[in-house]
Amino acid sequence: MAAPVNGPGTDPRAAIAPGTAIPTRRGTELLLLGFAVLITLAAHLIIDITVTGSPGTELVTFGIWFSALWVVAHVVVRRFAPYADPLLLPCVAVLSGLGLSMIHRLDIAGTQLGGSSSASVDAPVQLVWATVGLVLFIAVLVIVRDHRALARFAYTLALIGLVLLALPAVLPNSEINGAKLWIRFGGFSIQPGEFAKICLIVFFAAYLVDKRDVLALASRRVLRLELPRGRDLGPVLLAWVASILVLVFERDLGSSLLLFGIFVVMLYVATERASWLVIGLLLFAGGAFVAYQLFSHVRVRVDTWLDPFAYADTGGYQVVQSLFSLGTGGLFGAGLGGGRPDQVPVAKSDFIAAAIGEELGLFGLVAMIVIYLVLVERGLRTSLVVRDGFGKLLAAGLAFSLAWQVFVVLGGVTGLLPLTGLTTPFLAYGGSSLVANFGLVALLVRISDAARRPAATAATTPPRLTDAPTEVVQP
Amino acid sequence: MPAEIVLQAFRFGFLILLWLFVFAAFRVVRADLFGGRAGRVASVPPRAAAARKRGGRGPRHLVVTAGPLSGTRITLGEQAILIGRADDSTLVLTDDFASSRHARLTNRGGQWYVEDLGSTNGTYLDQQRVQGPLLVAPGQPIRIGQTVLELRS
Repeated sequence: MAAPVNGPGTDPRAAIAPGTAIPTRRGTELLLLGFAVLITLAAHLIIDITVTGSPGTELVTFGIWFSALWVVAHVVVRRFAPYADPLLLPCVAVLSGLGLSMIHRLDIAGTQLGGSSSASVDAPVQLVWATVGLVLFIAVLVIVRDHRALARFAYTLALIGLVLLALPAVLPNSEINGAKLWIRFGGFSIQPGEFAKICLIVFFAAYLVDKRDVLALASRRVLRLELPRGRDLGPVLLAWVASILVLVFERDLGSSLLLFGIFVVMLYVATERASWLVIGLLLFAGGAFVAYQLFSHVRVRVDTWLDPFAYADTGGYQVVQSLFSLGTGGLFGAGLGGGRPDQVPVAKSDFIAAAIGEELGLFGLVAMIVIYLVLVERGLRTSLVVRDGFGKLLAAGLAFSLAWQVFVVLGGVTGLLPLTGLTTPFLAYGGSSLVANFGLVALLVRISDAARRPAATAATTPPRLTDAPTEVVQP
Repeated sequence: MPAEIVLQAFRFGFLILLWLFVFAAFRVVRADLFGGRAGRVASVPPRAAAARKRGGRGPRHLVVTAGPLSGTRITLGEQAILIGRADDSTLVLTDDFASSRHARLTNRGGQWYVEDLGSTNGTYLDQQRVQGPLLVAPGQPIRIGQTVLELRS
């Protein structure tokens, strides 16, 4: 661990002294990225040796391709966002590397051991998707030079987000495993909800920055909660109706919970009023209860959640297998390649956390969760440091969406929450999720660059007031 | 299949590797938290520092010196002064170049700092665009759209 971490006493202001460069921490990022690649390659090697007895032939190609991805990402960040947070990219690298290794491991299990999962080889496909994700990452960093520009397209993005969200409900042939979340073209299918999530977060941030003063008004206090005025409930009701519609028409508790949760928490962050959280929770509980009474597919999910073993042969099979898988793993796991994670249905996508829990045990799973935690912490830290309100809300929303998604997915896998159709960000097999989350991280990198960039370089030559071009913008 | 001892070494070795990454990440987080803080008050412009030595007890009034509200005088207290087009601002501007929440003047230990609240067209102290909170010396012009403000003692 020879990461050149800035020790105590490296005051950014001291570094601004003439002659010395401001620390951008890009070296730290490169070292940690190297560490992440090392972990991934070690995982691949261990899997190959444990299962087949010798290193696989594609290890070299994989190693070169995977390393190249992060070298390119690092160079792009160095060029376009030099002050970006040094931890965002390495955390993403180690998570996606771990995911690729597990998918590779399940590929081998599928072809060699004749497991129950399909015998397709998915790891190379996922690597291609990671490359597509990197292209989106670069595109976002190059096109969005200042995150505040996004606020201008807030309503356009909201429209795009809503269309993407509604598309699978309208189009035929979008149903996979009971949830209508997919659009299929020819050979492959995409999950537009993942992209809708990001568009809507940008919109929420811009909208709430604009309206937060009104939404923060309180009318009366009930039980130490300052309740908002009745007419200010409009936006939260609208978000609630949208999320209930998603629940009903797309039959997906996950997206519904994700969107509504993000909106309510961003409302809370914007207004600093805890009453919004309570209102949101009550609304969602009410909506979920009604949906449970009215719709059979919701009832099936809830019943198998309450007692999975009673439905072990039907609806509860996945959860029961997942719980057995986690139980087999125990504290230290069966070792990479030592378990039978292919016994869990759809282990590559929805249940990759169960596969990791089986092979790496509780210690491995907790390490994974802590890496997510670091990622989210960097996002929230960015939100604290960045200077504009829109950036603050956007970073907080993006970071919270990651945390919330991981919570909902792991809750489903471990039986804490009803099973949802969400994917574990960066880990799970699935192109849309991986590509969309690369875009999300690109936005976080962009905002963190703005947050950490010293103001001194931004205003080296203060424009003379008379010379400055005046932009006439009606606020 | 490799020997059992090799498998056990792989099993625990990989977990150690994973946690070493986590601790490396923690070290970076720690350095960020304790090794120097971002988001401090931006450095004080030299003119303001010089003016602070001359001014004795600190400013008492905020005076509008140019623009439609020219001549308005606000007596300074402990509270922050909000400037913008919004109705609840301390100084309500009727200026198309001002945002509804444009800038804020805050008192910290008898000294006043100006902060831009994410306005569209910016706030200028002297001729420098206000990015972070900046110390305002008495007599230094703060320009918001067509309005110019000054602290007077």
